[in-house]
Amino acid sequence: MNLSGLEKKLIAAARTNPPGDNVPYAFEKRIMALLPRHPVDVWGLWAHGLSRAAALCVIAALLLGAGTFFLPAASHPDNLSQDVETTLLAAAGNPTADAAAESE
Amino acid sequence: MEPTDAEMIAAVLNGDAASFEPLVAKYSPRVFATARRYARRESEVEDIVQEVWLKSFQKLASFRGDAPFEHWLMRLTVRTCYDFLRAHQRNREMSFSELTEPEEDWLERFVTHPEEAGETAAAARQLVERVLEQLSPPARLVITLLEIEDRSVKEIAQLTGWSVPLVKVRAFRARAEMKKCLAKLAKDKYM
Repeated sequence: MNLSGLEKKLIAAARTNPPGDNVPYAFEKRIMALLPRHPVDVWGLWAHGLSRAAALCVIAALLLGAGTFFLPAASHPDNLSQDVETTLLAAAGNPTADAAAESE
Repeated sequence: MEPTDAEMIAAVLNGDAASFEPLVAKYSPRVFATARRYARRESEVEDIVQEVWLKSFQKLASFRGDAPFEHWLMRLTVRTCYDFLRAHQRNREMSFSELTEPEEDWLERFVTHPEEAGETAAAARQLVERVLEQLSPPARLVITLLEIEDRSVKEIAQLTGWSVPLVKVRAFRARAEMKKCLAKLAKDKYM
């Protein structure tokens, strides 16, 4: 069978018989009944949400920054290493706590 | 005087949803004709067209107006049809042994006297539908736009959103797929 000839014939058949453009009765009414009241701009909503979230993040960052800068520090940075050491070695340096733990 | 497309679109965007109805009435024939190239059952065609109009209403704000509304709508239609083909691609597996009698007669005539097998015959039309249904979604879309609707590669790129090189690659593969499909048809019927 001549396959390229068949292909040409079939493509020609499809070209000479374009599909119909008839529309079912009152189709536009059906579409109108399905539509929401206003067009929904999905990207606009997304962008609006993102901009609000960004504004909240900036406000939170500013408040935290101001808090860190202006509020008195609970411990001076110079004593930080000393504080860590004291906390870690608290149990080792407290024999009564060790004894209590062993008796339990 | 009838309002222009741009005026109707502006009215819809300003909250007058009723202005969308004349657009639906004006362009539905074009959308239906396109959808019928990709779906056979009328219920499927109506589903595609309905989806096109709902999407176009939702995305109307993204229509910039630098090209005619019809072009924008046709891009949306072609992409919706492609989504339909991809969603229904599992149903396309079928054998050519299920040809109808007129289709078999037309093929027989083509084999014996090719010049007598006219392309205007209803059987030829049904047969080409059947062959197109066997193709993968991108192959069917490209063959329809390039060979049947006689569109350029650039136009297809605009309609589908694919790049020009991708359209060319898919056109090459689609032609190969079509040949393979016709070879299968010949094998099923005459070997």
